[in-house]
Amino acid sequence: MKQIADFKLVEKQDFGRSVLLQLRSEMALPDIQPGQFVQVRVAGSPATYLRRPISIHDVDAKQNEITLLVQQVGEGTRHLASANKGDTINMVLPLGNGFSLPGKGEKVLLVGGGIGIAPLYYFAKVLNGKGIRPTLLLGGKSQSDLLRLEDYQRLGETFVTTEDGSLGEKGFVTMHSVWQKQSFDKIYVCGPKPMMKAVAKLAAEKDVCCEVSLENLMACGLGACLCCVEDTVDGHVCVCKEGPVFNTRRLKW
Amino acid sequence: MTIDLGRGLVLRNPVMTASGTFGYGEEYTDFVDLAQLGGIIVKGTTLNPREGNPYPRMAETASGMLNCVGLQNKGVQYFIDTIYPRIKDFNTNVLLNLSGSCLDDYVKGAEMVDALDKIPAIELNVSCPNVKQGGMAFGVTTTGISQVVSEVRKVYHKHLMVKLSPNVTNIAEIALAAEAAGADSVSLINTLMGMAIDAEKRRPKLSVITGGLSGACVKPVALRMVWQVAKAVKIPVVGLGGISNATDAVEFMLAGASAIEIGTANFIDPAVSVKVAEGMKAYCERYGFQEITELIGALEC
Repeated sequence: MKQIADFKLVEKQDFGRSVLLQLRSEMALPDIQPGQFVQVRVAGSPATYLRRPISIHDVDAKQNEITLLVQQVGEGTRHLASANKGDTINMVLPLGNGFSLPGKGEKVLLVGGGIGIAPLYYFAKVLNGKGIRPTLLLGGKSQSDLLRLEDYQRLGETFVTTEDGSLGEKGFVTMHSVWQKQSFDKIYVCGPKPMMKAVAKLAAEKDVCCEVSLENLMACGLGACLCCVEDTVDGHVCVCKEGPVFNTRRLKW
Repeated sequence: MTIDLGRGLVLRNPVMTASGTFGYGEEYTDFVDLAQLGGIIVKGTTLNPREGNPYPRMAETASGMLNCVGLQNKGVQYFIDTIYPRIKDFNTNVLLNLSGSCLDDYVKGAEMVDALDKIPAIELNVSCPNVKQGGMAFGVTTTGISQVVSEVRKVYHKHLMVKLSPNVTNIAEIALAAEAAGADSVSLINTLMGMAIDAEKRRPKLSVITGGLSGACVKPVALRMVWQVAKAVKIPVVGLGGISNATDAVEFMLAGASAIEIGTANFIDPAVSVKVAEGMKAYCERYGFQEITELIGALEC
């Protein structure tokens, strides 16, 4: 069941362009699947009229805590990033459908680009809990984009690419040598659309099932306004309600 | 708190949710007890299915948003077969917003909806700004509105609410034409035509360039139009446009609205509709109004 709840900002970590917000609710959290998202109300920012959809970076059900990794891209996220410890932040959650879980014994690759690495942390953690150790391939423009790298490394074998070569292999995630060396049964991707399209193409060439997490512009987040649609084999569907995770076979990419 | 809008449409309180902002009600049942609302108006439906406009369909603006969804829906028959059975027993009035691209579509659609026992009213959408023939052609002239309302009136026997476009020179004239053609009530305003540009890319932000503006920013315009229309017509006026809280809703009642609709505010607080209903009741208690109807047109000028 979805809920509207006030959360208190209990911990904040500053990474420059991005911030980590650890938020605690008085209410028990509903079940949250990796890949689902929250709609955050940005209070006190007149230019930010609508809520902001943000992926869920981590969940601690015992503490009623949700962690968001927020990149400052516009007025709304800039304002959110300026929140102070103790501030109250209202969220609607959990929204959308998460990643489908892999079958037993399947070899899993999680591919993240830029701030798109955020939901993969919780996903990898949940997979670990089910005895699955995923391989992670994380890409950024430079080293500073790859936040909490050591935490990801704990959850699975982690490969890195940067466009400037400051860390890992130089180039895009699709150029990494792991694609030649290993094969996978399932690939999950979150990042900028061109990057997801490139990975989806690669997965299709290898005939591997691929899921991507889309981030179309949203208003309601509940499937009511029909603003965030993606063109699929079933016509226009709401990313907020039927996604944000889609099997690429369903998309007209 | 009861409001009788005529021809069998009785609301337990003046609060309804606006078409296109509340889905089919199902999307909001985790947040809202529908039994606390006067009614819900479900998504704009056309005789034939429509895919709507391409993405992007939304642009945020100062205290509001633009949309150009373009009446995406699966058609009246799909509504009757698939959606109606799921929502017909909601403990509130379920109104259908009906749109069309030609007179025949409106008439056929209305005839089909007339047969649905649990739909007490149609909100006739003659004011969608996002479709070339989205009905706004009918809604912006007195002859156009007379024609569509009188033809639908011939086949539709329940409450006929006509949703008016603000994109006109004299909205009172349009409302009078709707009344004369047989409308039981008018609701206003639909969205205001607007536009947004991305200066960095030198491109429009919306796929079809223009869209409909809604949200708190349109409230003063909506309030003025409700006031003008309420003075002109004898049928009930349903006010909407930027209502975000109970005070806003009361203002529309004072301007002459008999009921109100909450639209874009549902996106910001999914539970806002019930809060508005509670707040209106509290307002009446605070000022000693016995009936909510005492607020209608109670503006002292």
